[in-house]
Amino acid sequence: MDGTDATALGDGDAALVEDLLAGSHRALARVITRIEDRAAGYRGIVAALHEHTGGADVIGITGAPGAGKSTLVDKLAAAYRDRGDTVGVVAVDPSSPYTGGAVLGDRIRMASNVGDMDVFFRSMSARGQLGGLSMATADAVKALDAFGKDVIIIETVGAGQNEVDVVRTADTVAVLVQPGSGDDVQTLKAGILEIGDVFVVNKADMDGAERTLAELEEMVHRRESPTEGLDGGHHGFEVPDHPDDGDREGNRDGGDDTGEAPAWTPEVLGTVANTGEGVSELIETFDAHATHLRESGAIESTKRRRYAEEIRTLVRSDVGALASAEIERRGGIDALADSVRRRETDPYSLAAAIVEPIAECVESGGESVESDGEGAGGGKQVDRDAT
Amino acid sequence: MSAEQETRAVRCLVAKVGLDGHDRGAHVIARAFRDAGFEVVYSGLHRAPEEIVQAAVQEDVDVLGISILSGAHNTLVPKVIEGLKEYGAFEDTLILVGGIIPDDDEADLKELGVAEVFGPGTPMEETIEFIRDNLPERE
Repeated sequence: MDGTDATALGDGDAALVEDLLAGSHRALARVITRIEDRAAGYRGIVAALHEHTGGADVIGITGAPGAGKSTLVDKLAAAYRDRGDTVGVVAVDPSSPYTGGAVLGDRIRMASNVGDMDVFFRSMSARGQLGGLSMATADAVKALDAFGKDVIIIETVGAGQNEVDVVRTADTVAVLVQPGSGDDVQTLKAGILEIGDVFVVNKADMDGAERTLAELEEMVHRRESPTEGLDGGHHGFEVPDHPDDGDREGNRDGGDDTGEAPAWTPEVLGTVANTGEGVSELIETFDAHATHLRESGAIESTKRRRYAEEIRTLVRSDVGALASAEIERRGGIDALADSVRRRETDPYSLAAAIVEPIAECVESGGESVESDGEGAGGGKQVDRDAT
Repeated sequence: MSAEQETRAVRCLVAKVGLDGHDRGAHVIARAFRDAGFEVVYSGLHRAPEEIVQAAVQEDVDVLGISILSGAHNTLVPKVIEGLKEYGAFEDTLILVGGIIPDDDEADLKELGVAEVFGPGTPMEETIEFIRDNLPERE
């Protein structure tokens, strides 16, 4: 790799991309490894694949450990295969923060797709930090998409912000909930409830499933009431835009005039992943959501938001790397921390001094363009204050 | 330009093949590998050779550790190796076999392409050390 251009494609990598596009499983697996490793040249590979993506439905599945995600994913993959779709699965498991090691166990549940190479299952662990996992997942999804998978499923434990970010790289997000987990549902309220397009009560044959279904149903409808209920509050019953299953079609047509996409009301479903009960209904709901995204135009805003996030993350990590290099040049982070401890300086001044050369470059660039003068001026202000 | 840090990790598949329900050893190995900082994919019990091949190819593992205590290694291991060759994954995968393997068979397995055979009582450090020293080169 010549090192001047981060997205330059070396000869070996070009061959790898070609093999992937030609349908080589080995090449696909190797590309995902490169993506995971952040190995030299991986950016060129992903950049080259980008134009071949966009054909797959991407579904995210999240939920507490033991909710039955892997088992459900296995059954979903089998059902998709039955109707002729090819499937890619990215299963994310946590890794040890101490050794970096991980046991990736999701594969054990993939019993329905034995020897079927058209189900490409890949385990990933959370290696990097600072959005690294969601970047790697998004890039792995791109590789599967470019390979030609019809459906791509991202599976992750819904434990923290990192995982929420991962699952947000999907077009359709299903949140799995266990029956009788009233308290879990309470905690779900804060973060995960907002990201769910479909809520699935798995193990629906267990005691308490009905109640959990009802609670979720209530929460889903309560969530939409603050925005939708306000203007129609006086005429409770005449408000036409309360989506019932039957009304949704008409609702969608009305939405086009105002330019605002009609909202999707999250569905609540029960499944028994072990027996496969409810899986076909779940797939129908995924399809309905994908259709909704396409027809309402919401897919464009979703994609725009996602790519904006991707660009920001990349830029942030690159600038962060520049800053780390500058820290090294100044004797390393430990020496700097010691000087703060000895009261020779303070963290704010140090940070400003480290960022200064980077800010100067941005400023000189901004002056030549002239349009961005305000931002550059702001940067200068900060530097002056610091020194 | 990109100063992004590489985050290479050793990826292993710990596999149980065939009709052999004894997985305590495989569990212990998986845990030791994890603690050594490897990423371990565990296959689960009673896997067919094709499943192991599928997993090894898709997960793009550096190391494939096959645990066999049933005595069927002479039938199962060649099938796995055959499958890996079919997908072009044989050359750069380090194949290890663990279990009870007679000396004569060990020689045959090594002939086939198994890098090492680890019998009962092998210290965990020895296996991990071996992997670190013999990790396949990948560009």
